[in-house]
Amino acid sequence: MTALVQAEQLSKHFPARRGLFGGPRGVVRAVDGISFTIEPGKTLGVVGESGCGKSTTAKLVLGLETPTDGEIRFDGADLASLDAVQRRHYRKSVQAVFQDPFASLSPRMRVSAIIAEPLVTNEVVSAAEVRDRVAELLDLVGLPSRAAELFPHEFSGGQRQRIAIARALAVSPKLVVLDEPVSALDVSIRAQILNLLRDLQDRLGLSYLFIAHDLAAVAHMSHEIVVMYLGKIVESGDARTLAHNPKHPYTQALFSAALPSHPDERRDEKVLAGEVPSPLNPPPGCRFHPRCPHAMPRCGQETPTLAPVEGRMVACHLYA
Amino acid sequence: MSAAPLLSLQNLSTHYVSQHGSRVVRAVDDVTLDLHAGESLGIVGESGSGKTTLALAILRLLPPAARIVSGRMLFEGEDLLAKPDGDMRRVRGKRIAMVLQDPMASLNPLFSIGDQVGEPIRVHEGAGRASAWQRAIGLLKSVRIASPETRVRQYPHEMSGGMRQRIVGAIGISCGPRLLIADEPTTSLDLTIQAQYLELLRDLQRQRGLALIFITHNLGIVAKMCDRLAVMYAGRVVEQGPVAQLFNAPAHPYTRALLGSLPRMSDNRERLTAIEGQPPDLSSLPPGCAFAPRCPMAAPRCATQAPPAFVLGEDHSARCWLAAPVAAA
Repeated sequence: MTALVQAEQLSKHFPARRGLFGGPRGVVRAVDGISFTIEPGKTLGVVGESGCGKSTTAKLVLGLETPTDGEIRFDGADLASLDAVQRRHYRKSVQAVFQDPFASLSPRMRVSAIIAEPLVTNEVVSAAEVRDRVAELLDLVGLPSRAAELFPHEFSGGQRQRIAIARALAVSPKLVVLDEPVSALDVSIRAQILNLLRDLQDRLGLSYLFIAHDLAAVAHMSHEIVVMYLGKIVESGDARTLAHNPKHPYTQALFSAALPSHPDERRDEKVLAGEVPSPLNPPPGCRFHPRCPHAMPRCGQETPTLAPVEGRMVACHLYA
Repeated sequence: MSAAPLLSLQNLSTHYVSQHGSRVVRAVDDVTLDLHAGESLGIVGESGSGKTTLALAILRLLPPAARIVSGRMLFEGEDLLAKPDGDMRRVRGKRIAMVLQDPMASLNPLFSIGDQVGEPIRVHEGAGRASAWQRAIGLLKSVRIASPETRVRQYPHEMSGGMRQRIVGAIGISCGPRLLIADEPTTSLDLTIQAQYLELLRDLQRQRGLALIFITHNLGIVAKMCDRLAVMYAGRVVEQGPVAQLFNAPAHPYTRALLGSLPRMSDNRERLTAIEGQPPDLSSLPPGCAFAPRCPMAAPRCATQAPPAFVLGEDHSARCWLAAPVAAA
């Protein structure tokens, strides 16, 4: 089975001005040489704190940013070398669902027009076909067909997120980028949406790139997980292996900081000191070493590379 | 716990009334809760369940459209509702303090950290500016801010999100309150920063014997931090009791459903039990139990009769007909 998405040494650097009048230019290494693959019909979860580059990664996969370095292969073809027709095809194959369904749906459009928009822009379709497709999509995401004639404000948050999902599915994508799809929703609604996403994956064979800060939700939804810190992958592998037995000190701290789902679930807590450094000026060597409880002298000098440790990849000198 | 509770809410109701009285939203409806000194209580609910209104009612900081229509509120034996505004002002920030969700919105960008942390001390204890600053340095140290001597002279924009939230915490504890109300204190923080902040709050609570009210939609925070839990739905406390008991043997179907809907680290590939339907519209609640339309175990009487709070054990009660003693049902 060939991978649907294959990212090789992907980097995205943003120029940043320092000082009020320009001055010497710095570079924010938002994403710095990361590699990952997304298999057909599977979910890749991306985990990390603010500034770790997970949203930039999503934008790179969506084709909304061009990589500074490295390449993304989709269905075997390098994105950078696509011609206009292939590029249009790629845009159809990759869709997104965002965090806030109150901001991502136009309040002036009827639901039918919202869902049909990607269809109308990307394909030549008759009005009757559009109507049928909208009805089919509404049914797919569990909304009644009369929803088509209503406006977004007539729906609750969970229903709006269903509309956003229907819109993403309108052009039958292969990959859907889910950027915090449930964090703006009420607790009692989250499970509905996560279940729906799971069902849709089973029925349609979709691949997901799932980004969220709720680790339990990521662990629940993902087949593979990638943990990022300051633009680099520190650990990646099978979701279960990673969630049950994290190896990288940062992953360990992150998962121990995740809130328990039961009061009896007392874990030995490893509360990290300090905060994420500025990506404008990341620490030398391993970017995590200033906060790492196991830091050794070599961590400040040598950047560790990803290497296999007990069935997953870890970038840490502890295991070298 | 035989001692008198620190805070006792008795049948408290707070309604929002529209300008002409045509629409009434029962944001908080007949809430009875006790909180003892040094205890931490989690109040969990979805948006619109009335948890923030309840917190504001305790401090009497409600917006003009809201009225406390009935009930009593005793704090250290004094009736807070009977106090004139001036007396209430001496309670707020001194004996009961509150930490809000967004630290950027609760700090004034134009005043230095020292001025803001020291302000309650100057207001409530009449301290001078210099001595308030000295106290502020100590407070910053106790919320684990590095080099507090420099930080007091700085302004909020020079701090990170986690530091701002800790500064807000320092303001909260500045006058040695007995009760701290934290309204979603960590939603804007990153995971590792959230862990730092929760650990800080727990240490402060232990050192100072603070009572804590945690308002959150996150059951994980409750599991980690709280002794007791009150679950709110549509303005009512539908179930309350010791945290372990509610997590192990929830009596109300809503509590059970909420717990079942949480993804857990340990059960990777299972389906979540979703709660069907949508949260109710508070201005047109059904006559019976507000959860009945979404409840998998609803009986005919649930649609017409609202259940009272049935006592299930020491300190554990639920508003559900299923919890009714057999004789009454």
